[in-house]
Amino acid sequence: MLIAELRRRLGSLALDVRLEAPPGETLVLVGENGAGKSTILNLLAGLLDPDEGRIELDGAVYYDAAAGVCVPAYERAIGYVFQDYALFPHLSVAENVAFGLRAAGTARAAARDRAGAALARVGLTALAGRTPGELSGGQRQRVALARALVLEPRLLLLDEPLSALDPQTRREVRAELRHALRGLACATVLVTHDPFEALVFGREIAVVEQGRLAQVGSRDDLLRQPRSRYVAELLGLNLFTGRVAARAPDGLAEIATADGGRLHVVLDERGADGQEVLVAVDPREITLHPAPPSGTAQNVFAGTVAQLVPEPPFGERVRAVLDTTPPLVAEVTAHAVQQLGLREGTPVHASFKAVAARAYAA
Amino acid sequence: MTVRARRRRGERLLGLAWLTATALFLALLILPVAGLLLRVPPADLLRRMADPLVLQALWLSLTTSLAATAAVAVLGLPLAYALATRQFAGKRALEALVDLPMVLPPTVAGVGLLLAFGRQGLVGPALAVAGISIPFTSVAVVLAQMFVAGPFFVNAARAGFEAVDPALVRAAATLRATPGYAFRRVQLPLSRPALLAGAAMTWARALGEFGATITFAGNLPGRTQTMPLAVYIALQTDLEAAVALSVILLVVSFGLLVALRAVPRGARP
Amino acid sequence: MRTRYACLREACLVLTALAVIPAPAPRAAEPLHVFAAASLTEAFQRIAAAYEARHPEREVVLNLAGSQQLAAQIEHGAPADVFASADQRWMDDLVAKGLVAGTPRIFVRNQLVVVVPRGGRVARLDDLARPRVKVVLAADAVPVGRYSRQVLEKMGGDPAFGHAFGERVLANVVSEEESVKAVRAKVQLGEADAGIVYGSDVTAAARTSVRTIAIPALLNVVARYPLARLRAARDAAAADAFVDLVVSPEGQAILAEHGFLPGPPP
Repeated sequence: MLIAELRRRLGSLALDVRLEAPPGETLVLVGENGAGKSTILNLLAGLLDPDEGRIELDGAVYYDAAAGVCVPAYERAIGYVFQDYALFPHLSVAENVAFGLRAAGTARAAARDRAGAALARVGLTALAGRTPGELSGGQRQRVALARALVLEPRLLLLDEPLSALDPQTRREVRAELRHALRGLACATVLVTHDPFEALVFGREIAVVEQGRLAQVGSRDDLLRQPRSRYVAELLGLNLFTGRVAARAPDGLAEIATADGGRLHVVLDERGADGQEVLVAVDPREITLHPAPPSGTAQNVFAGTVAQLVPEPPFGERVRAVLDTTPPLVAEVTAHAVQQLGLREGTPVHASFKAVAARAYAA
Repeated sequence: MTVRARRRRGERLLGLAWLTATALFLALLILPVAGLLLRVPPADLLRRMADPLVLQALWLSLTTSLAATAAVAVLGLPLAYALATRQFAGKRALEALVDLPMVLPPTVAGVGLLLAFGRQGLVGPALAVAGISIPFTSVAVVLAQMFVAGPFFVNAARAGFEAVDPALVRAAATLRATPGYAFRRVQLPLSRPALLAGAAMTWARALGEFGATITFAGNLPGRTQTMPLAVYIALQTDLEAAVALSVILLVVSFGLLVALRAVPRGARP
Repeated sequence: MRTRYACLREACLVLTALAVIPAPAPRAAEPLHVFAAASLTEAFQRIAAAYEARHPEREVVLNLAGSQQLAAQIEHGAPADVFASADQRWMDDLVAKGLVAGTPRIFVRNQLVVVVPRGGRVARLDDLARPRVKVVLAADAVPVGRYSRQVLEKMGGDPAFGHAFGERVLANVVSEEESVKAVRAKVQLGEADAGIVYGSDVTAAARTSVRTIAIPALLNVVARYPLARLRAARDAAAADAFVDLVVSPEGQAILAEHGFLPGPPP
């Protein structure tokens, strides 16, 4: 179990976070470049020292500013997979994997055996004698992982493990890595700037924004209750702020957004009149119609299509940005776009159900 | 002329200029060497090599230059490492100090060494109390060579260390490697080509050192008369002897340099 | 493109300007090259100035080095009009090779003297042979070096010093310098306890840091300095004029002021 409180100034970045990572699970740090994610990893690893704080791993205190404790990196039971893997170019694959064992004092023969076993586990025994320069990106990633894991660390740190790969390899390795991480007994902290990767790898996701944690929660938490526009945008949701304008006894409430729009949501009892709320709507819940729709949907908006953005990788899904009040982003199939004859400027009606709009106190 | 033809002509002229420049430079290097080699009949060369005075000078040259190179490598390595990896106050001044011997005329360096280590120098008297007297000894020869050739090694070693990816050092730290272990197993092997090249340059400079040696160490056969000094003195009486000595020195140094370059290089990153 | 060629043009202009900046009025005649032994440095600089005062259209260029080096340079074709050697041997060498015009004349003599640092360990000639005394001599190839060894040999023959004297002094030699000035320098710096140099080397400036110990005339070696015009001299008259100046009372007075003994009467 990792418990870390980290405070550190670095250039223009003021980092102040508190993290917990239970064993056997992966905590993902996601955020934009420069937010401080890699800095957090370096602080946990001991490659950088906090200004203040405390780091405790499985009961062992690695850093405690108050008590003056600072354990050097090479004495921490961590494994680190670097963004560009940092494999030693002058050593063979087997020697790379055995490096940490030898550095820790393991005898050569024993180290060789354990390294061999680790390589076998990732299916790279055939490459044991090669040098890193002769490997492909995916192979290098596996060697880097084996090199870190052979030391049986209590905390595994991964810095953007897929960003050095081309998109095709990335997809394959992503599945492999996910599987590998699921089977680990140690706590894992993984850093990525790609929200999709965050959702794939992480049970717990921490959104890092300018040195602070904008939000920490499970995947579902974040999707359902993003606490800031940033988190919402990160995860591609529609997020509005508004005030409760009216409440009906059956739970239906009307939220007035700043720009004069009205949303109908289901609000639980805790909401009070005039209270500020956040409303999140999944783009996939929004349906588009050429004419005002009939049906039970409480939220209907008329407007024109401002932008059509096909989603990677193949553009089968399309995000339609609408200049309704409030503005909405809907996600529909390319087929639907074609069927409705949607183009920029096309007038359209968007609708979603009140239950699809999740509102909660800001 | 069409644009394409003009460009082709331009390229040809450039190639010609390149060849001419290279030829001139190589001529400057080759002609003096050829002049020396062609002057001495091989039989004469072998006869002179048997002369004890010549052997003495050659032996002294080889031992002092190798000792100086080894000493510079040991003493200069930590400095090169610090310059490559750390920032500290006064770093620029230190860099200038390291470069200083390269711009100082060797004779001036010799005078400086005397004023530092001589009987009336800065530390000379203290050394004398301990029974150590440096001028006019082989130790002085080594010191003179270390002074003038040291910067070459430090700068080459520093460049070698700077070329090592810092990420590798960080990775080593995460792999239970103490800084000392990481230095031995990561930085040193990766900078080996640069270190060897630096050592070769240092040794070559030490071998050819004259001005500082004759000023600080003096000139005494067997103790301080290195090959360059022997050549200079011989030049005053016997040109043929001087040429023969020069050729001997030339052949020995060239042979050693070639041998050094044949040492297998480290891994390419 | 414009900037590149503009720079080139400007550079050419600057270079041309530098080339035509008026130099000091060029002398009408070729300079006179005088090759002289290093020990004649200060004296010949004054004599050269005197010559130029008398012959303003001619510049005197002095090449000062060890006589052996100068002889070697002359042999290899260096442009020299007059040669003043510190040793008859090197002049004889050139005469044998047919490079000298006429007969060389001895224009000055120099005798050897022992120099020691002020307040040093060596006070008398005997001290040179004491153990752990550091003696510096010029290398044997240098004329003064050869003479120094001759003096030591002579001292060995004198009962006042004993026959092992020369060997013991030679055993004390820690360095064989390549020029007499280097010998003097080592003594001035206090690195050597004693050195043997020419009387002319003990200049007023040197006296601030060194003392001399005279060598008895009977044991001393007097170097005879030959002077001659060289066959390759471009202007024989000018070269002869210089030679004449050196042997004239004016030249001889200058030389005497610098510690030389007068040349033997013709």
